[in-house]
Amino acid sequence: MIYPNSKTILEVRNLCASVSGTPILKNMNFTVKSGEVHAIMGPNGSGKSTFSKVLAGHSDYEITGGTVLFEGKDLLELAPEERARAGLFLAFQYPIEIPGVGNSQFLRLTYNTVQSHRGNEELDPLEFDDFVRDKMKLLEMREDFLDRSVNAGFSGGEKKRNEILQMALLEPRLAILDETDSGLDIDALRIVSKGVNHLANKDNAIVLVTHYQRLLDYIVPDFVHVMEAGRIIKSGGKELAVELETRGYDWVSDEYKAASRVAA
Amino acid sequence: MSAALQNIINQPYKHGFVSDIESDVAAKGLDESTIRMISAKRNEPEWLLDFRLQSYAAWLKMTEPTWQNAHHPKIDFQAISYYSAPKQKPKLKSMDEVDPELLRTFEKLGVPLHERMAMAGVAVDVIFDSVSVATTYKEKLAEVGVIFCSFSEAVKDHPELVKKYLGTVIPTSDNYYAALNSAVFTDGSFCFIPKGVKCPMDLSTYFRINTEESGQFERTLIVAEEGASVSYLEGCTAPAFSSNQLHAAVVELVALDNADIKYSTVQNWYAGDENGVGGVYNFVTKRGLAQGVNSRISWTQVETGSAITWKYPSVVLLGDNAVGEFYSVALTNHYQQADTGTKMIHIGKNTRSTIVSKGISAGKSNNSYRGLVKIAPSASGARNYSQCDSMLIGQESGAHTFPYINVRNNTAKVEHEASTSKIGEDQMFYFAQRGIDAEAAVSMIINGFCKDVFQQLPLEFAVEATNLLSFKLEGSVG
Repeated sequence: MIYPNSKTILEVRNLCASVSGTPILKNMNFTVKSGEVHAIMGPNGSGKSTFSKVLAGHSDYEITGGTVLFEGKDLLELAPEERARAGLFLAFQYPIEIPGVGNSQFLRLTYNTVQSHRGNEELDPLEFDDFVRDKMKLLEMREDFLDRSVNAGFSGGEKKRNEILQMALLEPRLAILDETDSGLDIDALRIVSKGVNHLANKDNAIVLVTHYQRLLDYIVPDFVHVMEAGRIIKSGGKELAVELETRGYDWVSDEYKAASRVAA
Repeated sequence: MSAALQNIINQPYKHGFVSDIESDVAAKGLDESTIRMISAKRNEPEWLLDFRLQSYAAWLKMTEPTWQNAHHPKIDFQAISYYSAPKQKPKLKSMDEVDPELLRTFEKLGVPLHERMAMAGVAVDVIFDSVSVATTYKEKLAEVGVIFCSFSEAVKDHPELVKKYLGTVIPTSDNYYAALNSAVFTDGSFCFIPKGVKCPMDLSTYFRINTEESGQFERTLIVAEEGASVSYLEGCTAPAFSSNQLHAAVVELVALDNADIKYSTVQNWYAGDENGVGGVYNFVTKRGLAQGVNSRISWTQVETGSAITWKYPSVVLLGDNAVGEFYSVALTNHYQQADTGTKMIHIGKNTRSTIVSKGISAGKSNNSYRGLVKIAPSASGARNYSQCDSMLIGQESGAHTFPYINVRNNTAKVEHEASTSKIGEDQMFYFAQRGIDAEAAVSMIINGFCKDVFQQLPLEFAVEATNLLSFKLEGSVG
């Protein structure tokens, strides 16, 4: 939701990034204010997922230009774990499996690590158990979920719910959801969306990276952006997503090329 | 992030100091006179000298094994000193009489020999180079009939028991290094748990090599009579030398009817430096004979040290319904090489064995699991379950599995599962994205991987093993 006088959470200016020498992001500009929900759409290979990983600090990507301010601080200076502690959260498209590591143990470690860096109290295993079970209800998760290994043998839907559960625990200022809708059936999509909507408030912001309009029926964006070749080529309101659904991406691309020619 | 991961595995070895203790070190070299010298220094009876000489004769006819997946320059057995003992005789009655420097050495190693052990409730036999320097709680154990002493004392005080069991599980000519050990062994621990006695505390031996050019050849013999049970722990460290030390131990376990022996090892011999210079050659033969019906022998090992580890703690399941277990974590880093595993030999009916092996390879190291499950024609209803998991850290390490299965009875059930995984950038990134630094992430992943083995360890050992693994891995993930 757009609030008056909201603070800027993320400010990306002319960001360029490459992987093994190949440029992927080319002068990316993007601003997010508190309370807002943004959707980034675009065809495969347009740089959407790269953008989310670059923000989170994945070491595969080399930053070749531009700046990123996160709540006024230079995000690119921070190590990935420092970005997470500062309140940047990435819900992974393919959450990794960690066999042998109990989910409750992992969740408690991440919760306590982040909380202690924010100067808050850590929870002991019993307190944490009550706390996490409460959050699990929101996502309609089964009790035995805590006893299993992190994501190991989870269905697609369970993995995505586990991501949103972590978002609920860590209370990020900015949550980037990278294709959270992929691999979800309609019930799981509804539950996950309900969870995300519940967590959205006027102090945080959400960026949805997605291919499909379907997710945006459940989590309604304030802004929709289209990415192509490593930059945003069109931005609009939620109605843009509907238009994309019926017309595809080509017209946006054509429009952008025409505009670029005029500008040149 | 790779750099952070690299740092996690590369911490210095903290047990690498040398103690300045006056030692009685024999001249280098091995021939019959060396063996007579060792035997004489220890005032041994004639039968034991004969045992040594027979072993030596057998050893001379044998050749070094070369089938293992580990490589080293040929060992010059004439360049090793076969006897080194701290100058301090005779054996002491009380800890207060022990050389303070020796006490400090063990304090530094985290093995306090004083009253504090009383709180830990573990009896300790301490082997420094070739000899046992102290055994705690001997009297208290004697009250319930448990004999726990150095091997030399056992030879002196309980010759009939030693004679009855020595070499019955591992014959002198079993293999090259066992034969060498049988010829030149100097000390070790002896435990005897009489019929029906549950040993009231964990027994423990702590091994320390201190002299640079000496080999350590200790001998451990544990006998649990009918219905007896014991949990035994073994720990090992050595100073950091640029040369290689040979450690060729022999451990024999005998479990009679309904007896239960649990043997746990945390091996942290010096592993050599990050370029593979120095380190202990750990060539050890360990075998248990589950002789009686319903007997049980369980090996748990956490192998983190040594330049080369070559050991296969095994169980011969002779008694009907006997149970054999092998739980192992082997971690190699830098240029370490480990070729380790087990043999489960099923002879009795309805015998059962479980093998759980976890290999972790980092740096440029190589880690091999080698195991044999053999079901004899007599072993009707025998069952085995094996699980061998390997984890690779970084791009240059190797994991290998050599399982041998030999089944001669068609009522037997043998299962083998194996997996290989990798701590990759993606796993580390996932942890980082949740605020967890690389060190904590590696520790959590490794402990998760090793959980099935660690939960077999006595509590204090489990904590030590967990810390040791994190410590050994500092700086190697990437």
